[in-house]
Amino acid sequence: MSRPLPTSLFDRMHAHPLFRKHGRKAVIVVPYVWLLVFFALPFFIILKISVQDMEGVVFQPVAKLQDGVASLVINFNHYLFLLQDRLYVQTYWSSLKFAGVTTFWCLFIGYPFAYFMARAKASVQPALMMMVMLPFWTSFLLRVYAWKGLLMEGGWVSDLLIALHVDDLLLSLDLIPAAGKFMNSPFSLTVGMVYTYLPFMVLPLYATLSKMDLRLLEAAADLGATPWVGFWKITVPLSKAGIIAGSMLVFIPCIGEYVIPELLGGPRTLMIGRVLWDEFFSNNDWPMASSVAVVVILLIIVPLALFNKYQAEATEVRA
Amino acid sequence: MSQAVAGQAYLQIRDVVKDFGNGSVAVNHVSLEIQQGEIFALLGSSGCGKTTLLRMLAGFETPTSGQILLDGLDLAGLPPYLRPINMMFQSYALFPHLTVWENVAFGLKREGMAKDAIAQRVEAMLKLVQLQKYAKRKPHQLSGGQQQRVALARSLAKRPQLMLLDEPLGALDKKLREETQVELVNIINEVGVTCVMVTHDQEEAMTMASRIAVMSEGKILQVGPPADIYETPATRFVADFIGNVNLMDGTLVVDQPNMVEIDCGFCRHRVGHGITGTVGMAVSVAVRPEKIRLTREKPQGEVNHVKGTVRDRSYFGSFTVYNLELEGGRLIKVSESNVERHRADAPDEGQTAWATWPDTSQVVLTL
Repeated sequence: MSRPLPTSLFDRMHAHPLFRKHGRKAVIVVPYVWLLVFFALPFFIILKISVQDMEGVVFQPVAKLQDGVASLVINFNHYLFLLQDRLYVQTYWSSLKFAGVTTFWCLFIGYPFAYFMARAKASVQPALMMMVMLPFWTSFLLRVYAWKGLLMEGGWVSDLLIALHVDDLLLSLDLIPAAGKFMNSPFSLTVGMVYTYLPFMVLPLYATLSKMDLRLLEAAADLGATPWVGFWKITVPLSKAGIIAGSMLVFIPCIGEYVIPELLGGPRTLMIGRVLWDEFFSNNDWPMASSVAVVVILLIIVPLALFNKYQAEATEVRA
Repeated sequence: MSQAVAGQAYLQIRDVVKDFGNGSVAVNHVSLEIQQGEIFALLGSSGCGKTTLLRMLAGFETPTSGQILLDGLDLAGLPPYLRPINMMFQSYALFPHLTVWENVAFGLKREGMAKDAIAQRVEAMLKLVQLQKYAKRKPHQLSGGQQQRVALARSLAKRPQLMLLDEPLGALDKKLREETQVELVNIINEVGVTCVMVTHDQEEAMTMASRIAVMSEGKILQVGPPADIYETPATRFVADFIGNVNLMDGTLVVDQPNMVEIDCGFCRHRVGHGITGTVGMAVSVAVRPEKIRLTREKPQGEVNHVKGTVRDRSYFGSFTVYNLELEGGRLIKVSESNVERHRADAPDEGQTAWATWPDTSQVVLTL
C-alpha cells in the first residue's frame, strides 16, 4: 500500500516547488536581514558621522553637488586627533590591558574549574553546571554593586585581605591607591571583571573538556607520560578550541565594558567605554565619538577575525 | 635478556582477583603463565573480565588481590607510565592533534631519548608497518587499516617487554581483518615481542594466537592451543562457545576397554577413542557440524546416526549448512563441504535424510 499524498495545508505548502526551492534560503535570510538593519546599517551611519564636519549642531554632507561641481569631503581629522592625543591612545591601551588581564585570570581560574567539572562524576555535573549559571539569575548590576560593599573599608572581603596582608602585596604592585583601600583601583576593577566574565570562560572550556576522549590520557600514560605531562601534551592541546572561544568571549566584551569601570573603577582605570559616553553625551562631539567607536570596533574585529580563521582551519582539518 | 629463573614463565598471573565492589567479581582467581615470545589470547564474550585483566596488566586497574610478575618483576604499585608494557588500544586512541610521526615518537620522547635516535627509531617503525609516506598526516586523514598500523608502530616503538592488544582488529571490516590478522602476526613475530591479546572473535584468536584462554564470568575455563580448544573442549560452555556444536545429553550405558556407548534417547553414540567412565553416568556428547555426513539411505548399524527432515539449507559457497529436524523437534546442524559441484544426491528441504558421524568424532563431556 502506498502512502497517501500529503493533503493538509501545511504538507502541501512544504511540497510546493517555491517552498522547496527557497525555504532553506528563507531561514538563513531572516537573521542576515536582522544583522543588516540593526548592525551593518548603524555601523555605516557611525562611520559616516566619524568623517563628517560639523557646523555648530548641523552635520555637513559628505558628498554634495553644488553649481555643477560634485565634491566629496571626508574629514579624517578626528582619526588623526585620536592618534595624536595621548588620552585616547592611553585609554585604548588601558582597555586592551584590562581586557587582557581579565582574560588571563579568567583562564587561570576557569581552566581548573572547568577541568574538574568535566572530570566530576556524571551525576553531579548538572548540579555543578547549574552553580556556574546561577549568578545569571540575579541582576548583573546588583552583583557588580555588591562588590562595592565587599571591597569597601569594613567590607568582609576587604577585612580578610587586610588580615592576610594581601594589601601590602597589591600596594607594592601599584594596584591599589593605599594600604587597606581596595575600591576604585585597578584591583577592584579586575576583581569585578573577572567575577562577571568567569562563566563565559568556564562554559566553552567545559564543553570541550567534557567531550575529550579519556582513553587518550590512558594511551599517553601507557607510553610513559606522567599525569602532568599527559595534561600538558594531550589535554591542553585538545582543549585549544575551548581556550580560544572562552578567551574571545571574555576579551571582546571587556574592551568596551562601561558599567563595571563606572562602579568599581577609579581615576586610574579609564576605559574606552567611559570615553565614548563622555564624547557622545557630555561633549556632544558626535564625529569625534564616532571615530572612537569605529576604532573600538576595529580593535575587536581583528582578534575576532583571527579567531574565525582558526575556527575555519580547525573545521577544515576535521572534515 | 631474560632474567627469569629457568623454568619460570615470563609473565605470571598468580591468583588475581578484581572486585569492583558492585556485587560482581570482574576477574575471579585467575592464574596464567605465559612464555616469552608467545601470542596469548584471552577469548570471551563481552563482560567476561578479559578487558579488566588486560587493564590490570597495563596498570590502569589495580588487582584486589593476587600478583602479576613480568620477567620476575612484581608489577604491583607500578603506575602505567613506569611499566615496560605497551598497549594497542581498542579503536587505537591515536592522538588526534599529532601527526603519525609525532604519535609514534610520543613514547620515545617521554624516555628522554636523543633526537637523532628518536628519528631513527620512528623511521624504522614506520618502515615496519609501511607507512613512511604518511608520516606527516594526522590520524583522521588515514583509513582504518592505516590507523591500526600507526597504533601498532606506536606501541612497538618503545620496545616493550610485553605488548597488550585490546580487540586489535575489532574496528576493521571483515575482509581487511582477515588480511591484517596475518600481517599483524608476522610483524609481532619479526619483532619477537610477547603479546597478550583480548578478543571476542574466536577466528581472530585462533588465527593469531599460539595459545588461547577461554574466559567466562571472570574465570578461565580452558587454556590451550587453538586446535585443542576446538577439538577437545573441556566443558559444555567451551564446546558451545567455540564454533558450532551439536550437544546431546545422555547416559553412559556400555563401558568396554576401547569403546563406550551412550544412550541419548533419540540416538545411540558409540565413541571409539580412549575414554572411560562408569555405567549410568550422565554425560554430554558434542559433535561438530562439519564431522557429520548427510545421506539419503539409512546407514548400516544401529549407532552414530539419526533420521530427520531437512528443515532448511544454507549455501555458503565452500560449504552448505543443513538443519535436520528430528522427530520431537530437535535440530541437528550439519555442515557439508562442497567438494563436488552441484552434487546430485544432496538432500533437499523437506526431504528425509540420515545424519551420520564416525566414532572418532565425538567429544564426551561430563556434566
